[in-house]
Amino acid sequence: MNHTAERSVATYLTGFVLAIILTAIPFAIVWGGLVTGPAVYAVIAAAALMQVVVHLVFFLHLNLRSTPAENLFFLGFAAVLIVIMVGGSLWIMTDLHHRMM
Amino acid sequence: MSVATVLEEEETRSLEAREFGFWVYLMTDAIIFALLFATYVVLSKNSAAGPTSNELFDLRHTAVETALLLLSSLTFGMATIAMTAGRAGRVVLWLIVTLALGLGFLAMELLEFHGMIAKGGGPEVSGFLSAFFTLVGTHGLHVAFGALGIVVMTGQVLIKGLTLPVRSRLIRLGLFWHFLDIVWIGIFSVIYLPGVM
Repeated sequence: MNHTAERSVATYLTGFVLAIILTAIPFAIVWGGLVTGPAVYAVIAAAALMQVVVHLVFFLHLNLRSTPAENLFFLGFAAVLIVIMVGGSLWIMTDLHHRMM
Repeated sequence: MSVATVLEEEETRSLEAREFGFWVYLMTDAIIFALLFATYVVLSKNSAAGPTSNELFDLRHTAVETALLLLSSLTFGMATIAMTAGRAGRVVLWLIVTLALGLGFLAMELLEFHGMIAKGGGPEVSGFLSAFFTLVGTHGLHVAFGALGIVVMTGQVLIKGLTLPVRSRLIRLGLFWHFLDIVWIGIFSVIYLPGVM
């Protein structure tokens, strides 16, 4: 993987600042009780997903130009497996939970 | 082409293959964590008359742990930059800072576990706590191995210098360390934040 060129202090600092902002938002919301109800979960989930992308891009240096296609393929494959297994498990278990009530 | 250049090309190719192999390992590790997350979400409300997440979690504690881990990701990045610049002394310095932050995180986590068990919230109490200790403990164990890796790599940089294989190992250890920070995003978003609501 030859992407040493993109490694700079600025890249890491940008990622770090973005990560701090995306961490502070959900903590502040839960701490201050600014938002209530299901909206809180939506904000936490959105901030978490965005922060994962920030980490992948700025710390793990993933991008569509220099990252080898196989690596992106495996990342996509793992993502599909995770969605099927986690989504499927939760679907089955919540369904079961409702039927047992 | 001389023998030396051919050998160097072979070595580079072999190291690139290892980096790809390590990436595949990280993806399988991500799947393990995802399944532990699914288990936790299913069991999180089953506190079996034991202490609930609201009574056990302290968000301030989690915030400091998050800060330590995030900061350690940045300092490992600085070590990587120093490596690209070929400055072995700085690499060692940043690795030691990263190690200190990582050990600080582990100490806080053990303190939290100890406090929870003292309050009657050990892993054997309920489904919720079994799932909690399995998921957070697995992450903590990964961080402990990462810290061990940093100790080993500090030694290698000092003894062998920044040779091609050492650089490759350092990059792989960096992937591992940054990956653990990504898992931690999931932990505070799925366990701690909803846990105190």
